[in-house]
Order: sequence, then C-alpha cells, then structure tokens
Amino acid sequence: MLGRWLERLVARGRLLSLITLVVMALLVLADIIIPPAYVRFPWDGLGGFAAVLGFVGCVFFIAVAKGLGHLLLYKPEDYYGEQHEHEAPGRERSRDD
Amino acid sequence: MTDWLHPALVLLLGAAALPLLPAAARRVWLVLVPLLGLAALFTLSPGTHGQFEFLGMPLVTGRVDDLSLVFAYVFGIILVIGMIFALHVKDTVQHVAALTYAASALGAVLAGDLVTLYVFWELMVITSVWLIWRRGTDVSYAAGMRYLIIHAIGGMSLLAGVIVFYQTTGSIAFDRIETASPAFYLILVAFMINAAVPPLHAWLSDAYPEATVTGAVFMSALTTKTAVYVLMRGYPGVELLMWMGVIMTWYGVIYAVLANDIRRILAYHIISQVGYMVCAVGMGTSLALSGAAAHAFTHILYKALLFMGAGAVIYMTGKSKLTELGGLYRSMPWTFLLFMVGAVSISGFPLFSGFVSKTIIIEAAADDGRGIIYLMLLTAGAGTFLSIGLKLAWFTFFHRDAGLRPAEPPPNMLLAMGLAASLCFLIGVVPGPLYAILPAPIDYNAWTVGHVLKEMQLLLFTGLAFFLMLGLVGGKNKIALDVDWIYRGGGKALTIALRDRISATNAELRNVFMDTLVQWMARVKKRHGRDGKLARTWPTGSMAFWVVVLLASLLMFGIRQH
Repeated sequence: MLGRWLERLVARGRLLSLITLVVMALLVLADIIIPPAYVRFPWDGLGGFAAVLGFVGCVFFIAVAKGLGHLLLYKPEDYYGEQHEHEAPGRERSRDD
Repeated sequence: MTDWLHPALVLLLGAAALPLLPAAARRVWLVLVPLLGLAALFTLSPGTHGQFEFLGMPLVTGRVDDLSLVFAYVFGIILVIGMIFALHVKDTVQHVAALTYAASALGAVLAGDLVTLYVFWELMVITSVWLIWRRGTDVSYAAGMRYLIIHAIGGMSLLAGVIVFYQTTGSIAFDRIETASPAFYLILVAFMINAAVPPLHAWLSDAYPEATVTGAVFMSALTTKTAVYVLMRGYPGVELLMWMGVIMTWYGVIYAVLANDIRRILAYHIISQVGYMVCAVGMGTSLALSGAAAHAFTHILYKALLFMGAGAVIYMTGKSKLTELGGLYRSMPWTFLLFMVGAVSISGFPLFSGFVSKTIIIEAAADDGRGIIYLMLLTAGAGTFLSIGLKLAWFTFFHRDAGLRPAEPPPNMLLAMGLAASLCFLIGVVPGPLYAILPAPIDYNAWTVGHVLKEMQLLLFTGLAFFLMLGLVGGKNKIALDVDWIYRGGGKALTIALRDRISATNAELRNVFMDTLVQWMARVKKRHGRDGKLARTWPTGSMAFWVVVLLASLLMFGIRQH
C-alpha cells in the first residue's frame, strides 16, 4: 500500500522537483521581502543568505572531503588486512543461546 | 534508602534475573524491566539520595536535579524502545549487556561524586563491549578489543584525575571542576574520549559500525551523551570545548561524505551532532547549556531511530555498504519512511525534533555574538542533511535497483522505529514539554518566521547542490583513513619495527656480553684454573716470602707515628 503510493510519487519525480524548485524560489523571495527579526551580524539583512550558505556549504563539504579522500585518506577496503565476511540476512535469528 | 529506589538497581536486578527465566517469559521481561526502570525514574524527587560512607569517602549515588533528570529520562525512554527493537534477538548475553549498560549509564548520570562516577564509567565500557563482540565476526572482535583498550586508557585517565583531584582539594564531590591541578586535564581527557572529541574519537567510528544490529542502537544513545552530561556538569564555559565542538561538527560531516558503510556514516554524524553539544557546553551561557541538554534529548531519539533503520536494512539484506544497496524503497517502504523521519529530524527540518533543539544552540551562538561559530554550526547543518537525508537515503532506498528484494523487518523492529519516529515528530510539533524539563528555563521560540525561512532555505539548497553533484557523492569501495590509523596502520607498523629493532639490539647485546664473558672465563681459567698461576700449590717458602712482604709493608706504611 505504502509502497505503491511511494512508487506513484517517484513516477512523478519531475513534477515534484519542479514544485520544490518553485518553493525554493518563493522562500528566497520571502526572505528578501520580510525584514529580519534582528540584525546581529553583517549578513542578517541579506535575503537568501541561508540559501547561498546551504548550496556553497554542500559543495564545499563534498569538495574538501573528496579532495582529502583522493589525496590522502582513501585506501582499499582490505587496507587493515580485514575482510568483512558477508552475513546471511537475518543471521541473528539462527543464533540461539 | 527507603525513600528512593535507584533506577539502575531495577535494571541490574532485571538483568540478573533474565537468564534464569524460561525462554517464553524472557520477551515479556525484556519490556517489563525497562518500563519498571522508567517508572522508577519518574518517581525520583529532586535532591540527594543514596548517600553512604565508603572507606571514609562520602558517596552519593543519587543526585537528582534538573540536569541529571533530562538525561536520565531520555536514557530510560530509549532503553524501552531499544529493547522492543531487540525483542526478536535470542542471544541473552546481548540483552543482559544492554540492560547493565543502560543501568551503568543511568548510574553515571545520577552519580553525585567522582568515585561513584568512575565505577559506573568503567562498568559502561565492560558491558557495552559485548554489544560489539556478539556480532560474532573476526572484524567485530578486533574492533571491540580496540574499543576496550581506548576506553581503558580513558578510564585510567579518569581514575588518575580523581586521585589527583582528591589530593589537591580533599574532596570527591563532582561539581564544576575548577582546580588548576593536573586533575583538571586528566578528567577532561577522559570525558573527551567518551564524547568522541577528535583526535580522541576514532573508537566510535571504528566500533559502532561493527556492533550488532540491535546493540548499536543502545551504543549510539548512551556513551557519548553520558559524556556530554559530565562535560556540562564539570566543564561549562571552557572555551577550548567550544572550538573543539565546532570542529567536531565539521569533522563528522567530512568523514561521512567519504564513508561507504551506512552505519559508519551514522557514526560520524554522532561525532558531528555531539559537536553541537560540546560547543554549547563550551559557550557556557544559560541558553547554550539548555540547548545542549535539549539537543542531547532529541539526538538520542532520532539517532537511535536512524541506527534502527540502518540496522533493519542490514538485518534484512545482510549488506551494509551503499555500493551494494539501492532501490529498497519498494520492498521496505515502512523502513524507508521511518528512517526518513529520523533523517529530517537530524537535519533540522521544521516540524521535526532536531529543529527545536539544534536551533537553540545556533541561537545561543548568535546571542553571544559569536559570528564564526554561528556560521560554522549553520553550515554543518547543511552537511548533516547532505550525508544522512540525501546521500544515505538516496543510495540505500533509491538510486538504482540493486536486485535486493528483502521483506520488511519483524513487527517488533517496526514498532520500535514507529515509537521513536512519533516522539521525533511530537517533540518537533510540541516542544513545550521538552523545554519545560531543561535545566534552566529558556525564553526561546523555535517557530519564528525567521528561523523557519532560514532552515528551509539552507536545507533545500543543500539538496539542490547534492543532486547537481550526484555523480560525485555515491559510496566508493574504499575506506577512509582516520586517526585510528595510528594504532592500526602506521603506528602499528612503527611499533612492530621498533619491537624488531629492540629485539635485534637485545640479541646483539647479549652476544657481545656472552663473548666477553667467555673471554673472561678463559682468562680466569688461565689464572685460577687447575694449572693457573694462582691455583698452583705453592712451596712453604713462598708463603714465608709473602708474610715478609706483608710485614715489611706494614712497617713502612701501616704503622705511623703521630
């Protein structure tokens, strides 16, 4: 039931993305129009500041992480000489005390 | 003793009785005992209970005040939910471990002195490690061993700190630690290890993903939040913590971007979320401390929910890596939906619990005029949504069809997730009751137009960036080195090299020594052996000669006239 409902949503993915984009535009617009509750920091009056921060922050985190990963941190999975054995689904069920 | 009942005692007795019960009664017992523990918590009245003298030290096992109660309540709640989640598990060791682990966490939170705290602190380690080991794999055994050793070091640091503290102040009372003695740092290091403050954090991201499906739920809730509690109690306003906390928020995010194992992503986000709390403790204002307590409360619920969701996926598919998962929303829609409640809660979407607690801490930073902290905390929120609400959710439940067709998890698992999800939603919509139990009354309203606009813009534009960079952010069949490399990789190699060098040097020194010894033996044999100069039978004349020499020398040097 829920599965079919979700599938119907996924099938309308394009429409949903479009709606989300419109909502995003409206949010920024509202942020520009509505005066800020307080001005404590220089950026408090800037409409859409949080939107820019979210976008730039996300790109920044991905760039920094992937940069560090490829330069330094990424290693093969057996680097520490350990291999994860694959567990059969629901293996805990079979274990009895 | 008659006016109160320690909730930990209820749990400990319940755990002790569990193995004695017939298998059929155990399931009832497993829900009943946490419920009784929770009931015991609700009967606690503020004040000092359970005091007694031990070896001349006044111990306080029950300090009940606003601060300890917030943590105790949520520990009690999560124990009930976690136990329901674990009901299908037939391994009694795990159940006993979980009950005693929760009992020790409660004991630590209610401890009024450092010695009682130390006892429960250590008990937490030796009970929780079984939740890792009972996974039963070689990897989990090794990870559990490392977990045990790191926490043993932390425990030693705490013990040493408590001893020094007692020597310098003559007291073992656990309040704000203000002594300038080494005790300040020894205890702080112990607390920081449990709070997973980098570079002392690697035990967490190493061990939690290797724990059992149900054990990780308890672990995600208890150890780090007990540490947040003791930091709030002992080190409020220590500026170092503010900076360490804000670094934690970013550290967890960056490593979560690199991680491939779904529970490792969640583990790194414990570090990130505890960062908010540690940062708030460091700021130390009344609003910040209340924010830390509120965030600990909501965090325990949504993080346990996330670990339950990820655990359900692992339990039903036997796979834990993003590169092996995908498309599960069709076969596990309820798991997906409940997981998403946790995901939007941790990300701070309005209507869900993270929103009403995380924003208190961010507001406290603004209130305190700390611009950099404010911006960094806000940006870390984008990173949280990026890794959990987007990356983890997308590559597990959507992306591609990995060909997996698991069923939904057993009803007890779904029920536990449903309970946690309901609480996440309820707190998000009606934060009043949560705000009412915080250590200090707060004048804060999360539901302002400004807050909602800010959070929604931040999160939705994070989403935009994510989908634009979708090709870059998927899981990779790699591991990312962290600080545990020091004792697993490079440090291990260095130690082995050092050991080999030492044993080689040792062998060389022994050889040189033995050679010298043999030479000496030869020389001694030459002089003192059967035919040696000093061992020959001497003629009596020679004896007389030496006596003459002796007497002559006595005459010349020995007898002086004054």
